[in-house]
Amino acid sequence: MIGEVDPTIINLTVFVLAVFVGYHVVWNVTPALHTPLMSVTNAISGIILVGAMLAAGPAETDWGVWLGAVAVTLAAINVFGGFLVTQRMLEMFRKKDKKGS
Amino acid sequence: MSANLVAFAYLIASVFFILALKGLSSPLTSRRGNLFGMVGMAIAVVTTLTITKNWMLILACIALGGTIGAVVARRVQMTAMPELVAFMHSLVGLAAVFIAIAAVNNPVSFGLPAILPMGSKLELFLGTFIGAMTWSGSVIAFLKLSGRMSGAPITFGGQHMVNLILAIVMVVFGLWFFFSETTNWTAFATMTAIAFVLGFLIIVPIGGADMPVVISMLNSYSGWAAAGIGFSLGNPMLIIAGSLVGSSGAILSYIMCKAMNRPFLSVILGGFGSEGGAVAA
Repeated sequence: MIGEVDPTIINLTVFVLAVFVGYHVVWNVTPALHTPLMSVTNAISGIILVGAMLAAGPAETDWGVWLGAVAVTLAAINVFGGFLVTQRMLEMFRKKDKKGS
Repeated sequence: MSANLVAFAYLIASVFFILALKGLSSPLTSRRGNLFGMVGMAIAVVTTLTITKNWMLILACIALGGTIGAVVARRVQMTAMPELVAFMHSLVGLAAVFIAIAAVNNPVSFGLPAILPMGSKLELFLGTFIGAMTWSGSVIAFLKLSGRMSGAPITFGGQHMVNLILAIVMVVFGLWFFFSETTNWTAFATMTAIAFVLGFLIIVPIGGADMPVVISMLNSYSGWAAAGIGFSLGNPMLIIAGSLVGSSGAILSYIMCKAMNRPFLSVILGGFGSEGGAVAA
């Protein structure tokens, strides 16, 4: 390529491709799985934890770091809560299936 | 860890997230899908931990939040599941706002120039206002679903006009923040405050019956907020996972509307489907 590509363009490329993947990946969901899918999507949106960790990361401690630390705590609630709740929902499914068969 | 190694680990985590979403679309693969999601998240978190300095503080916060999350997930009644999801969206939104404030406060610690470039300001603006709206919208959804607030749609005359004016004022303050040469806290704070109010106003006119769709929409918003923050921090993990959640959440809301035979647009815009709202009430 001619010269360096601006990182923002690379980010934009990644963004657009990921949007398309997200778009295509959920179309065939069975109606019964709507709520668990929503729940796992919620858990994944806990990825904001990564941003929160970066905010809490710098060595020189100012109030921004503490704000980051609060954000880490909030995001961690979402990550753990989200995945565990999804697991509980799916657990219920399995029991129902066994009864059904 | 070197930057390349970090980016590579983020790529692996992203693949796990895609597999997680895919897995959740069929009952046979759903449990494995959830497991994939956990693995992806673990990879993302451990990788990020290697590039932060305050890892003691961070681990302590993760342990605290994780414990709260685990306890809540275990204790919650199955019937209260939607409101729990709404509650957790509000956390993502709030976290996004906090991160944006921290980034505006000390850009250098995020690897940004001391005077924020316009591009970063725009991205921070997007991440903040979407995050703020997600927070207040989710809080209303939570209050309505848990019965702490009436599920009936609350409408008033000129509602859409008020929302529109607020949105315009918010963008004006955003532009002021955007074009200020130094860090303009007044503009940033006012813009954030208006976004919080907008989140309330947009969700308030939506009836209880439409709440599941709204939660799914807020889910999508929280994803876009994460992606916006990812752009400002130049972090591919946040961009990929955020946009995955954003787009799949939007599609899921659409699919749910179809399944429940609700007109998608009127649910999203709230109050426009006033006859539908009356049924919901």
